[in-house]
This record gives sequence, C-alpha cells and structure tokens, in this order.
Amino acid sequence: MTLATIFYAIGFPLLGIILGLLYKGIDRKISARMTSRIGPPIRQPFWDVGKLLIKETVVPENAVAWIFNVMPIVALASSMTLLLYIPFGIIKAPLEGYGDLVVILYLLTLQALAMAIGGFSAGSPFASVGAQREMILMMSYEMPLAIVITGFALIYKSFSLSTIALTPVWTLVGPVGWIGLLLLLAALLIVTPAELAKLPFDIAEAETEIAEGLLSEYSGRNLALFYLSDAVRSFAMVALEVALFFPFTFSQGFGLQFSEPVSYIIEGLWFLAKVLILYILAVTLVRTSFARFRIEQASRLFWTYVNIMALLGLILVALEVM
Amino acid sequence: MVDVLKKSIWVFHLNSGSCNGCDIEVLDVFTPRPDFERFGVKLVPSPRHADAIALTGPITRAMVPKVVEAIKALPEPKIVLAIGACACGGGIWHDTYVVVGGIDEFYKILKEEYGMDPPTTIYIPGCPAKPEALIYAAGILADIIKQKQRRREDVIREEDEEKRKIETIIREEIGSRHFLPKIIVKRGPREGSV
Repeated sequence: MTLATIFYAIGFPLLGIILGLLYKGIDRKISARMTSRIGPPIRQPFWDVGKLLIKETVVPENAVAWIFNVMPIVALASSMTLLLYIPFGIIKAPLEGYGDLVVILYLLTLQALAMAIGGFSAGSPFASVGAQREMILMMSYEMPLAIVITGFALIYKSFSLSTIALTPVWTLVGPVGWIGLLLLLAALLIVTPAELAKLPFDIAEAETEIAEGLLSEYSGRNLALFYLSDAVRSFAMVALEVALFFPFTFSQGFGLQFSEPVSYIIEGLWFLAKVLILYILAVTLVRTSFARFRIEQASRLFWTYVNIMALLGLILVALEVM
Repeated sequence: MVDVLKKSIWVFHLNSGSCNGCDIEVLDVFTPRPDFERFGVKLVPSPRHADAIALTGPITRAMVPKVVEAIKALPEPKIVLAIGACACGGGIWHDTYVVVGGIDEFYKILKEEYGMDPPTTIYIPGCPAKPEALIYAAGILADIIKQKQRRREDVIREEDEEKRKIETIIREEIGSRHFLPKIIVKRGPREGSV
C-alpha cells in the first residue's frame, strides 16, 4: 500500500468523474452553439449530478430490487476500471501489466450489459424494450470493434496497451497499411457513438419513442450513477482511441524538450486537448448533425458496411505486416 | 423554493386536457431564440427523472387519476408548473362540467380523495402562456426573481376602487352639459297585437 496506490485508488476515479463531466458540459455547450443557442453553462452536468444525488430514489414495485440497485454501481465501477487501463499522456496507466486490450473490450461491454440487465429488472415495458434494443445493438457493434483490436494485435504482435502507446502505429506500416489503418480508424469512429449510446445510435434510450428506454424507471442516486458512468465512459472511450491512433507526444510533434515536472504537465494537457478534439469530432458533431436510426437500420449498417470496411482494413494491414 | 432544484430543473410535460396551444409553447421555449436550456431546464420523457411536472390544460375529469399517478411518480422534492390560463384557474372552461377547473380545484380533490399534500406550485398565466412567461417562471425557479402574487382581498379592493372611479366619471359626464341627452325611441304598437 504505497502512496501511489492510494492516489490511483482515490485520485484517478475523482479525476475521471471531473473530466468526464467537464467534457460532457463542453459537449452540451458546443452542441447548443451549433444549433445557434446559448446553451447551458459548462458546469451544468455537475449541478445535474448533485441534484440527482440529493433526490429521492424510487424503486418500482415490480422491480427486482437488488439487481435494480446493484447495476448502476456495476456500470460505474466498470467505467472507472476502464479508465485505469488507459495511459494518460506519458503517465503510465495505473493498472498497466494487469490486463490488455481484450480486458478493455470486456469492460466496454460490461457497462452496456449492466444497463441492459438493469433495464430488464425494472419491470417496466419501456425499460424492457430499451434493454432488448441495447442487446441487439451490442451484438452489432462488437464485431467491428473486435476487428479493430485484432488489427492492432497483428501489427504489434501483442495485446498490451503500453506497448501500443510506446510507438505510434503509423510509423510501423507502409502505405498499404496506412490505408488499412485509416479504414480501421473510420470503423472505430462510427462505432464510438453506438458504444456511448449517443445520438444516431441512442436507440436503446430513445426519448421520444420509449421514454428513455432502459433508464425510464431509474431515479435519484441510481440515475446519477448511470449519468456518471456514461460521462466517465465517454471520456475513457475517446481517450482509448487517442492512445491507439494518436499517441504522438507534444515534444515529439514540436521538437521541444522540457524538464521533468513541466513535461508531465504539458504532456497531460496535450493529451486532454487531443481527447477534446476527438470527442468533439466523433461525438458532438455527429450527435448534433444526425437523426436517430431505427434499430434494424443500425444493425444493417454495422453488420454490412462497417464490418466490410473494418475487414478490408484488417486485410490491408495483414498484407503489410505478414 | 427547494435549494437543490435551483440550477437544474428537469421537466416532465403532461397534457391534462389542453387545446395544444400551451403544449406548442412548452416545446418552442427550447428553440434557439428563447433557449430554455441555458437555465439548466431540460425536458425529460419519464416522470421518474423529473423535478417538475408541467401541466397544461384545465384537468379534465377523466385525466384526474392519471395526473395523480404522474405526480406520485415524481421523486421528492417536486414542483408543479401550472402553464396557461386553463391550468391556473380553469380559463374559459372554469364552469364546464367535464373539467375540474384549474390546479387549485384539483388540489382540493388531491387532498380530499387521495390524502396528498399539494406540491410547490408555480402559476404561469397566459392563453397560451408566452415563452417570456415561461422564462419568467424559470427565473422564479432559479430564485432570481420573486413570484408576483396578490392577495384576494387586495384584488377585490382594487376592483371596487376601479368601479367607483368609473361611476364618478359617468356621473360627472351626465352632470356636464356636453353630455348628450338620452334618446328616447317611441314605437307604435306592434302589428297584430291587440
């Protein structure tokens, strides 16, 4: 039990929550500006969570109470654990060496699974429909995601994220591999909104059709935990993409050298800026520009087009590497 | 006002027999020009997520059990927004047999038949309530401004004063020489009458 362990145990989740909520606030503000509104202040998500934590928590009569209450905690815990696997700039990931990309794939699935189980246990028809949609959507987008991760395993001959973050993937392949990687990146960017249940793919939480779907019976503390887990996972997912595809450090990119403590701060900020840019590109712009897909449209999109794109990328990468 | 709800108010919108005028106003305060979201107000589709329930319409008798259910489904602390003239006091339907006639009459039923205390209520009059009125309500919720409400006695006294003023004006006008004399129309007996 060293000081570093305690910092990682307490500091990292707190940092994750703060960053997640901050990015959510920026996302809402930019989305509002895009539709020429003023938008809520950037600190609005903090107030939302604070309010939800203080409000009464209702457990419906038909619900399986213990599953209903446990699932928000599982969702938040899986998001937090996911965050602990992601290298933060040049600071190494706290759980480095204890798991690899496959664990990350499972953790990404676990949160969606927890939400679906919570929805099924709520005993409400809206929540049931939402949970079924979530399961179908999960079956659709997991395949392209797994293909992307297989592509990385082919290039590095390893599933370890620390090896991947060490050298940028673009320097390891030739022109054919570049095209393959671009295809993989595009597939991953299309998967991102589905993974985070954001607008073109928020079919499971469709507000207008099924009253927030699987969240419809959650209130108070439980809803706050889901809100937090969503915020943290959005940040972690985009941070993972940055770690996979854009691990370029500030000093590499601009050819500058800093002393030890300053470089940590600058690289951290540089990492946050990269995550913010990718967050806006992959989540906010898409969320504001597109309308919701129907479930069978989303399924077809992932199983045919995105899958073909990802497989093509994988083949090109494999041709280059082998 | 409940402190927790000042900065972030999630509203569940329920049409309790409205003519859709106020419903359209509730939706259009979220459009770019009034932009309700900048006060932290959000429309939510499930009453479990909501802090406030927006009632539009004079509450028809068939709607009473549903409105009670919806108010029960809201987790504490909760607020009721009575939007439009109908929801505030029955509007033009105040004496119609199919409607309860406004939120105050509804609270009497809530107290007598369901044994529930009425939640904090904000009255937003207008037919339909203007977006400005709804923004004013958001200001009241956020504790920026106080709700302007007059006591019933004050209103009656003011009405009496107004009446007296009008009566004096008429009397003065009658006394003045510019006032036209009363025109008396004389008619003959109707045809056919005896």
